Amino acid sequence: MSADGPPQPGRRLALGVWLAALAFCLYQLAHTRFVADLSMFLPDAPTEEQRLLVDQLRDGALTRMVLIGIDGADAPTRARISAAMKQRLEQATERKSGTDPGRTPVFVSVANGQSGGFEKERELLLAHRYALSPNVTPARFSVEGLRAAVDETVDLLASPAGALVKGLVARDPTGEMLAVIERLRPGGGPRTVNGVWASPDGSRALLVARTRAAGSDIDAQAQALAAVEAAFKASAQGAAALVVTGPAVFSVRSRALIKHDVERLALASLGLVVAILLSVYRSPVLLGLGLVPVACGALAGVAAVSLGFGAVHGITLGFGTTLIGEAIDYSIYLFVQSEQRDVGGAGWVAGFWPTIRLGVLTSIAGFSALLFSGLPGLAQLGLYSITGLVAAALVTRFVLPSMLPRNVAIRDLSALGESLSKALGVLARARWVVAAAAVAAVAVLATHGRIWDRDLASLNPISAKDRQDDARMRADLATADARIMVAARGASADAALASAERVGARLDTLVAAGTLGGYDSPAKVLPSLDTQRARLASLPPAAELRARLDKALVGSPLSASRLGAFVEDVERARAQAPLTREALDGTAMAAALEGLLFADSAGRWTALVGLRAAKGAGIDVSAVRQALVEHGLIPPPDALVIDLKAEADRLYAGYFERALLMSAVGLAVIVALLFGALRDAGRVARVMLPLAAAVLVVAAVHALAGTLLNLLHLVGLLLVVAIGSNYALFFDRIGQGGTPAARTLASLTLANITTVASFGVLALSDIPVLRAMGSTVSLGAFAALVFSAMLSRPGVTIGAGTR
Amino acid sequence: MRRLALAVLLLAAGSAQAEWSAAELFAMIAKDRPGRATFHERKFIALLDRPVESTGELTFTPPDRLEKRTITPRPERVTVDAERVTLERAGKRHSLGLRENPGVAVLVESIRATLAGDLEALTRAYSVALDGTPARWRLTLRPLDPAASQLVERIHIGGEKARVRTVEILLADGDRSVMSVTPVAP
Repeated sequence: MSADGPPQPGRRLALGVWLAALAFCLYQLAHTRFVADLSMFLPDAPTEEQRLLVDQLRDGALTRMVLIGIDGADAPTRARISAAMKQRLEQATERKSGTDPGRTPVFVSVANGQSGGFEKERELLLAHRYALSPNVTPARFSVEGLRAAVDETVDLLASPAGALVKGLVARDPTGEMLAVIERLRPGGGPRTVNGVWASPDGSRALLVARTRAAGSDIDAQAQALAAVEAAFKASAQGAAALVVTGPAVFSVRSRALIKHDVERLALASLGLVVAILLSVYRSPVLLGLGLVPVACGALAGVAAVSLGFGAVHGITLGFGTTLIGEAIDYSIYLFVQSEQRDVGGAGWVAGFWPTIRLGVLTSIAGFSALLFSGLPGLAQLGLYSITGLVAAALVTRFVLPSMLPRNVAIRDLSALGESLSKALGVLARARWVVAAAAVAAVAVLATHGRIWDRDLASLNPISAKDRQDDARMRADLATADARIMVAARGASADAALASAERVGARLDTLVAAGTLGGYDSPAKVLPSLDTQRARLASLPPAAELRARLDKALVGSPLSASRLGAFVEDVERARAQAPLTREALDGTAMAAALEGLLFADSAGRWTALVGLRAAKGAGIDVSAVRQALVEHGLIPPPDALVIDLKAEADRLYAGYFERALLMSAVGLAVIVALLFGALRDAGRVARVMLPLAAAVLVVAAVHALAGTLLNLLHLVGLLLVVAIGSNYALFFDRIGQGGTPAARTLASLTLANITTVASFGVLALSDIPVLRAMGSTVSLGAFAALVFSAMLSRPGVTIGAGTR
Repeated sequence: MRRLALAVLLLAAGSAQAEWSAAELFAMIAKDRPGRATFHERKFIALLDRPVESTGELTFTPPDRLEKRTITPRPERVTVDAERVTLERAGKRHSLGLRENPGVAVLVESIRATLAGDLEALTRAYSVALDGTPARWRLTLRPLDPAASQLVERIHIGGEKARVRTVEILLADGDRSVMSVTPVAP
């Protein structure tokens, strides 16, 4: 939509510009990608820690975990189902419409506690045990080292655990295979009942599946969930029930929720507004014309967001209802306020357009707080609303008047206006109510304690119960999210692993000192090439090894003559190349590395080392950081200690402060705009007073209802000021005596009803972002109208206005 | 189920000595369940030139907890609790489920069920044969589970009255272990 053209001869021009813009928006719409993943509501991250955090939340290993629980029936039945599901899920393949159907597995791993998980990799691990075992050093293969290692193995044979290693002793008398397996096995793990993982009370069998696709690929995640459900159906017996949770479930479920909600809300909102307008206008033509600015606004909004962000989020579309609520007002003002003889709306343009223009500008100031919030998802909402409002206003101003047919006149609303004028007189005598309400609201807010909710989770559409279920299942699985991690960086995967090994060496001392319980490092799964080469280089040649064994095993129950297979294996290992990432493809080790060793878009590699707390203690992040700094690992060669929760809190707290500041700026701009229009501090104060009271009352009502106010409520309150200023301005005009009161009142009331109705529908949404906005604005707009009426000067009005 | 098992047992073991049955032996053991005992175990392994020996203490806590604490050659503790085996050795802890490790279960269950006087548990896992007299008896157990019998050929448990004195395990690969048990006065 272009800027103001010359008013009279420019009608044709305005129409032309409008049609061209419409065509462009339609073209843009056809090329728009719609998305629904919630990462849009993750902030832009300014620091490197935060960027890594956001990447983790968006696409990290944790986002690929599907947690599966089997309830009901009895324990043996649950165990059978668990085993059958594991088998089915491991065979599940992706269905793709394109080429190569059914080849890519849906899950990279499915674990249920049956077996340690590395059975299939036994041969590979055995072949590479001397490169993988942390015990392999030159000292280990000296005479003394060999004696000590073999003694230990012989003692192990005496133990009940001896049965597990007996078969390997001749090839592996120093017990390296055991060391390798031990290192691969993560610490802890859930309880086992009937051979499969179960919750601590044993009432639920548990499985963990990790999807191949990233968490942000919602279509793939939906497929994974479908595979889980199908596997359960095919395996279920008796009264067993399936519980599935995890980020994949959340994103799939919230997408469905958003889609369902957005459709429902838009329809309900539109239906309500249409019904209201139809009952007032009694003219389908006028109704259709009234919706033109709204439709153009929505179209322009989507096109702008699509251009600016590359994709449009589902929640943004849901915000379309806010546009209906606000933009419909413009045409209401035009239709209702226009003189019946004012064909083409020229009189209206002169009399009312400046007030509406001011209303549009204040609304823009309000939505700007969203635009500059720093959260891409909210910025979308801001851009959408601002573009939509501007477009709707311009269409109302420049296009709509020329479309008004001569023979269609609005139903005479003067009767309604007259009764409203009387009501106004009654309201104006109750001006003490505004003061009382404001004082009561302040009292509530002052005594209420916590009012604001700074938690990122309050914007999450997943219900608190679902999140609790998820937390419980995680605790049961003892996979409590690795909250605190060290990110070891490097120019290549191998360099990142080497860096993780240096970090690990420091962490080992912290573990030994009891500061840390332990840590999980990708370098434990795949050591760096240098480390592997150093281990292999410490193996002596066959002749030398034989001579050392002869010396070492004098007097041992295990005689050197029985260890020919060992000498052969060592000789083979000496000639072997180190194990590479590529060689692990398709193994459980590759699955274990998945998400813990990755490259960013710039090609730099990160190895994530997850820290585990010592029993009964937290992790002392500063001690870990200190230990790494002392050894020059921070900053170069690039290790970062990240506390995910603390970082997320900090991140969001920063954005909350920023939103507060933005709102304050928005408010200041609104006041400045009013001052610019009214040029009278007293009048500005009179306009602002009812709005301030409305804001206080809305905040107090939310506090009383037990709702903590989040960022969206804040923006909603700002919109109350923006929308309410329109009402207050009209009352101010009435007060100045320059306006026919009855018509103005009728239009105001109608505009308010549509606004309250459409935002009220939004308040019924299951999506917190929309619900917060809806409940704030619907309540606030109504309060703003009533309070503005109460504080108006109807005495002047009735004398000067009615005719 | 229990009755059936008993009946089968009586048929199998009882014909020669009708007055002395496994049921009676286990009733006797169950009445006077031992608490603590020391053990001395020798393992004969083909790969080794001489047997490896270990000593330590056995503690049985009814109904189903058995702890085997090894003192020499290396401190170690194995605890069997309901259906889990926990091995603690050199500051590390490993835990295995008995069901998914039939090879371990077959070794553990023989002694635990005998100490508990739980004939039913024993007959679930083994065919049981009894000979000797109440004063000096010997149980011969053969695993019923095919996977377990791949590993364990048979187990001899010898005792006097309510006391277990020896446990001899013969493995399928020819290796064997002999454990002598000496009760400790409570």
